[in-house]
Formats: sequence, C-alpha cells, structure tokens
Amino acid sequence: MNLNDLSIMSLYSAMAVYALAFIAFAIDLAKRSAAVDAAAVQTADTHGQGAASVAASASSSAGGSGASTLTMNRLSARINNDATTPYSHSASLRVGMSLTVLAWALHLFATVTRGIVADRVPWANMYEFAMTGTLLIVAVYLVVLIRVDLRFLGTFVTGLVLVLLGVAAVSFYVEVAPLPPALQSAWLVIHVFVASLGTGFFALGFALSFVQLLQFRRESLLADTRPVRLRFLATLPSAATLENLAYRVNIIGFILWTFTLMAGSVWAEQAWGRYWGWDTKEVWTFIIWVIYAGYIHARATRGWRGSRSAWLSLIGFAAVLFNFGIVNVFFKGLHAYSGL
Amino acid sequence: MQPKLGVVGWLRFLWRQLTSMRTALFLLLLLAIAAVPGSLVPQRSSDPNGVTQYFADNPDLAPVLDNIQAFDVYSSAWFSAIYLLLFVSLIGCVIPRTKHHFIALRATPPATPARLARLAGFTTRTAPAGTDAGAAIASARTLLKSSGYRVALYDKAGSVSVSAERGYLRETGNLVFHFALVGILVVVGFGGGYGFAGQRVLVEGQTFVNTLLAYDSFNPGRFFDDSTLDPYTLTLDDFAVQYEAENLNAIGQPVDFTAGVTVTPRGEDPEPGEVKVNGPLRTGGTDIFLLGNGYAPSITVTSPDGSDVFSDSVPFLPQDANLTSLGVVKVPDGLAEQVGMIGFFYPTQETATSGAFFSSYPDLIYPMLTLNVYTGDLGLDEGVPTSVYSLNIDDMTQLTGGKTGVETIELRPGQTLDLPNDLGTVTFNNADPTAAADDLSNSVPRFASFDIHHDPTQLWVLSFAVLILAGLLTGLFVPRRRVWVKAVPQSDGTLSLEYAGLARGEDPALEAAVAAVADRHLASLPSTPLPKSGAAAAGADAVKPAVPAVSTPEQT
Repeated sequence: MNLNDLSIMSLYSAMAVYALAFIAFAIDLAKRSAAVDAAAVQTADTHGQGAASVAASASSSAGGSGASTLTMNRLSARINNDATTPYSHSASLRVGMSLTVLAWALHLFATVTRGIVADRVPWANMYEFAMTGTLLIVAVYLVVLIRVDLRFLGTFVTGLVLVLLGVAAVSFYVEVAPLPPALQSAWLVIHVFVASLGTGFFALGFALSFVQLLQFRRESLLADTRPVRLRFLATLPSAATLENLAYRVNIIGFILWTFTLMAGSVWAEQAWGRYWGWDTKEVWTFIIWVIYAGYIHARATRGWRGSRSAWLSLIGFAAVLFNFGIVNVFFKGLHAYSGL
Repeated sequence: MQPKLGVVGWLRFLWRQLTSMRTALFLLLLLAIAAVPGSLVPQRSSDPNGVTQYFADNPDLAPVLDNIQAFDVYSSAWFSAIYLLLFVSLIGCVIPRTKHHFIALRATPPATPARLARLAGFTTRTAPAGTDAGAAIASARTLLKSSGYRVALYDKAGSVSVSAERGYLRETGNLVFHFALVGILVVVGFGGGYGFAGQRVLVEGQTFVNTLLAYDSFNPGRFFDDSTLDPYTLTLDDFAVQYEAENLNAIGQPVDFTAGVTVTPRGEDPEPGEVKVNGPLRTGGTDIFLLGNGYAPSITVTSPDGSDVFSDSVPFLPQDANLTSLGVVKVPDGLAEQVGMIGFFYPTQETATSGAFFSSYPDLIYPMLTLNVYTGDLGLDEGVPTSVYSLNIDDMTQLTGGKTGVETIELRPGQTLDLPNDLGTVTFNNADPTAAADDLSNSVPRFASFDIHHDPTQLWVLSFAVLILAGLLTGLFVPRRRVWVKAVPQSDGTLSLEYAGLARGEDPALEAAVAAVADRHLASLPSTPLPKSGAAAAGADAVKPAVPAVSTPEQT
C-alpha cells in the first residue's frame, strides 16, 4: 500500500469513526431528554408543580446570575449553571468525545499524508479544501471545548463534517497533480488556510445560533406555560448565553474572513493584475463579509438583538457553504479548479 | 393639532432616519442582496465574452436585463445608490461618535456609584487588620493605573474610592475601521481614474515600446494623461513552458510558464527580467503581468512571381487545454485577389475516429497547421477597425475545406503547399530548422499576452486595508470597562474593600477581571501593618494629598 492509498484509507476510517461519534452524541441527546423528564417528575413530586416552576427558575437564575458573588473565571462553570436542568456526564457523551478525537486524529493523518504525497499544502483543489476545511472545523470545535462546554454540539459538528467529507470523497476526489502556475504562490498557503479556519469558526457560530433559536422558542413556550418538545434543550445554556457565545465565535470568524478577503486581493493583484475585479468568488466572499458585518451591527440595533441576529448568522454560514460548494463548482469565474 | 415639521424639520428627520443604526443595517443587508445578481449574470467588467454569449443565447431576455444594468451590476445606478447611501449613513453616524470619543478621551472616570453591589462582578475582601482606608485606595489606584486604567479618586460619604476606566482603544479602533472604509471608497472611486490597464501580445523576439500606440488595447482612467507613459522597451526573448510529462494523472497539465524578457528603461542599459504567472515585473511605473500564452506559427505567403506578400508569426488563440489553436491570416495586397485564411494549429496532432484532427498534448511533439482559404473582400478598406483574430467571410468565397470539395491545406513545419486557383504558395516556416528532424520542440514560436497596469492608488488601498484590520482587532477585542474599588470602614473596626465593574460593550471577561483586581489588590496590601496608633496618624497625613474630593484626570 502506498502513501496515497494510506491517506484515502485513513480518511474513510475517520468518516466511519465520525459516524460512530455522531451516533453516540445522538444517544446523549436522547439521554438528556430523559434526564429532563426525571427532573420534572422530581420537581412535581416535591413541589407539586409542573413545567412552570422550571420556567420560573430559569428566568430567575438568568436575572440573578449577575448579582451572585463570582470568583470563578472559567466560562464553562457559568454555562453549566445557566442550564435549567444540570447535566454533565453520560457515558455516551464521553464515548462521543473520545471517538471525535480519534476520528480527528485519523482525519489529520489523512490530510498530512495527502500533503506529503502531493509535496505541497493539502488545500489546492476541492477535495483537499473539503478535507482541510472539515479538519479545521473539528479542530476549532475541540479547541473551543477546552474553554467552553459545547459537547452538546457534537451531533452537529460530526454530522456536518461527515456529510462534507462524504461529498468530497465521492464527488470531488482527484488524483494528486502538480500545482498549476496560477496557484504557485505563498498566498495559497495563507489565503486558503485562513479562509478555511474562518469557516471553522462560522460553522460553530452557525450551530450556536441554531440552538439559540431553538432555546429561544422553548423559553417563549415555557413563559406561556405551553408544552415544549426537544426536552434536552433544558440541559443546554440559555438563549442569551448561546447568543453571546455565538457572537464571540462569529467575530473571530469575521476577522479571519476580513483577512481572507485582503490576502486574496493581494494575491489577485499578483496573479491577475488587479486586486478586485468582481469575479464570482470575490463577489460571494464580499457578500459573506457584508452579511456578517450586518450580524455584528444587528447586535447593537434595537429590535435586532436575539433571534433576528441569529438568523443572520445562519444565513451567513449558508452563504459560506454556497460559496464553497456551489460557486466553486457551478459558477464561471477565475476561481475555477482543474478537475475540481 | 399636528405640529408642522417644515423643510428643515423634514430634512432633520430624514437625516436622523438615514444615520440610524436600523437604516445602516438595512442598507448593509440590501448591499449583500444587490451584489448577488452580478454573480449569476456575466459582467462586462470581468467577463465581456460571457456577456456577448449571453446575448446570443438569450436574445429576448438579455436586452431587458441590460436595461436594468444587470451586466454592469457593480457600476449600476442602483448598486451605487445603495453603497453611497450606506456610506453617507456611516459618516453621519461616525462623526458624532468621533466627537463624543474626543470628549471621553479627556474626561475623568465618573464618580463611584453609591451601591456597588448592584454592578457586575461585585465582590468584597476584608483588608488586613489595621489597613488605612486612604492607603488601601492609593494602592488600588497605583495597581489600576499600572494595568492601563485611567483613574480618579473620590471621597464621598465617608468612604474613599477609586474609579477607573480602560479600553478607550476599543472606540478608537471602531472609528478607525469605519474611517478606513470611507478611505478605501474614496481612493477606489477617485484615485482609480488616474491609472490605466493595457494589453499587448508579444511573439518571441518581438519588442514593445511603452507608448499609447503600441498597445493592442488600452483602457485609461478618466484622469489619465498618456503623456506620462514612460517609454521603456520590453522584449520577449523567449517563452519557456513546462508541462507535466510523468504523473499519469496529470499528463499535459502546465507546471511552469516563464517569460524571459529584456527591459530597457529610457536612456539606460538593458536589463534581463522575468515575468511569471504569480510574479509580475514592476518597471517604469507599471506592473507587467503574464496573463496568457500560445503559439504563433510563422507563415509566409508567396505570390506566383516569387515575391513574399505576407510573412509573419501569427498569434493563434488557444481553444482548449491541449492548445488546439485558432488563428487568421489576412493577405490584402500582392495576390490576384484579397486572400483570407482561417487556420487551426495542433501542437501534437492526432486524428479522431471521425477523421477530425485534435491536439492530444499542449507541447510541440507533432505540430500541424491546417488552413482554409477564402478570397474576396477582407473588409479592410472601409477604415472600420477589425479584429486580427477573426475573419468576416460574408463577402468572401471559400476555396478549400468544408463543402468546397477541395482538401484543406495541411502543413508540417518547413512545408510549402500551393494555394488553390494558382494564387501562389503558403509556407509553414520551421523556426528551428537546424534541429534534428524528429525534434520539433522549437519549431513554432510562442507568444505571451501581457497585461500592463498602472495604479497609483494601490498602496493607499493596502494602507487602508491594514487600518481596517487593525481597527477591527482593537474595536472587537479590546474590552472597554470601568472598575471601582471602594474602602468601607465597618462598625467592628475592620476595613471592607468593595470591587465592582461595568462593561461598556462586549466584555465576557469582566467578572474575571474584577476578581483578579481584587486578588491582586489584596496581595499588594501589607499583611502586617504598623501598630495602629502610629499608623493612623502617619497614614492620614501621608495619604491626604492623594485623596482630593475631585481629582484631575490622569492619562495612562
């Protein structure tokens, strides 16, 4: 078996392990729902009250958290406190995390060996972008996990990465080929890597905003004492906390995206003789930048904080995926890649 | 009764609406949406051939789209209106903020609130026994000042306190970001008019002089003065190509294009240079880019009396990755009739099962030139400019190929064949006749197409871009916060130290920061103070001047 086969084998193994991790995370979400049910029964037994008391305690804890004496400086502690139903450990969650780390290691090995076989950075065609981009999505997730407990996003991250890798392996695979003259530049290393890293942060921001919207809906339903589905949401941080987290992740993505745009312009000037020419890919990079600029401004606009800004975060990431998956493949422009 | 607004009132109302955050956000999102059509429909600026094709493919729809400037989205009235309104809104928002910020930069941190317990990160510590209130606050002041806070001391209702604020750079960065955006718009909008972009095709061995007439096409900015062109000369000495020949998955893929050139600045000695795809040559105030290349077969047409009526290397435009190329030869004078020829060039010719020729490799392994001959009116005499790359056959008669029944002229390098109707002969010259018979790798000259640009604003755009990034980083990540430390003597004789903070903008680490200030402050207080009787008097004297009722601002 040569190194190229090893890289492919390793990528397929990573996908299999990601799939297992996804299942484990899904089981964990089911267990969270069960834990919420158990807690509700307990509350009903001791206080003779139903879901309304859960809602009341949620709102009181959200309002009162600022006044309590805080010496903790780890965000994770605060986030766990923020959930209506405390929930931290389950075997499936630990299994899911371990499998994710294992899959990521295989994924990293596959990407690095691809780079060794090609004798260059492994991000010069669609297959390689997908491989490196998803590697960075998981890497960003794992690094953020060190500071904030976002394990509840495991299903999203492993699921997204699995789908993207699947499409890449089936539709975008190309054999190693030399770099065409247009890509022979140090900016390939910088521009594309930073763009992929920014995508990693936007992906996480998307997931957080998505859960924020679910959580907001749940909190609204509870406030009206109406029944709630997706009971596992009770073990997740409040909508306000999720919004703050999404914002922090997205502004890092925004700065990386700004840099991507500028580095791309410098490279475009060198390769094509102009720093900006409204090429289709440039157009979409600009559109994404404007959407996230809107997202950041929405946070400071009356009536737009909360769910409306969360929608912008979702639209922004949808545009990122569109820019990668549709513009690269179906749109005519200078960012065309030989054989994908 | 409704009060009347009047003209001024209405203007003021409109201005307030335009500069509101809500309008800015609306315009931002509208800008994102307005940019989309330009990626769906080809644009004249980036893909003029695509626009022509679109008109041919959609003869009914295209004129309608053209009416709403869909092929010039980014210079259209509606797109411009959106971004100009956005920038007016931005300026209207940023100027008052700048004024506010200048005032804030010189202001004293505000008085300590009476009840710190209501504020973020509120925490208390008990000072070591015998600590003097004034000394404790003076020490907190030093600590905060050295941490980059601007500080002010207050003495109110029996408790001394220090009020501190930091992170003014956040708003500075924010404002720099927005002003730099305006800067880019202005520089691109007006400064772009002072440059030019020109194209020139050079065959190996040809020389170009940087003057207006020497360009194949030239697009000056509105304010460009062509007398400022620096007339250096540029010679294409050789054009080196390298195609992948070993990796079976990528046979024929280009690996390297290098144009070896000689540049001679006016009145100076020639200097060798190199232009590559990612490596422009910057000389004489211009940037020279390598944007394309191909073959320029050397063709000679000789009249029946033996004189050469045409002899030139004709650039053929590549049609596919293996450089099947299409070119046109026009012979207006010297023959019995005007002659035009449409030629195909195949660097490595092969024959498909259908009998059609194609090229299987982009380098010169088995070159072949085919020519279809036309006679009639070339259309050159009316003075209307015509493209050298196309032949208008409306007024011409085809003599070879197609339905004429006469075979297309097929030439290998070095071969000569007769033109039909005894018009004369045509020769496909071998540019390297001394090479071995089976080595045709240099038999056909190559051409390079250069883009030559001059853009005096580039450095300005880059500078503003750097300011944008720097402004963003400071505007988003520098926390703007206030911190207060208050010493409150307790009835039991101990001294309670209260700490609290206030976020001004996003500040996820505020509570941690207040806790850290409390811990560091407590650690800085002497744990074994002097005996109380002496310390009280001495301490009071020493600290008093440092605790004025209203302090002056101290910039850090």
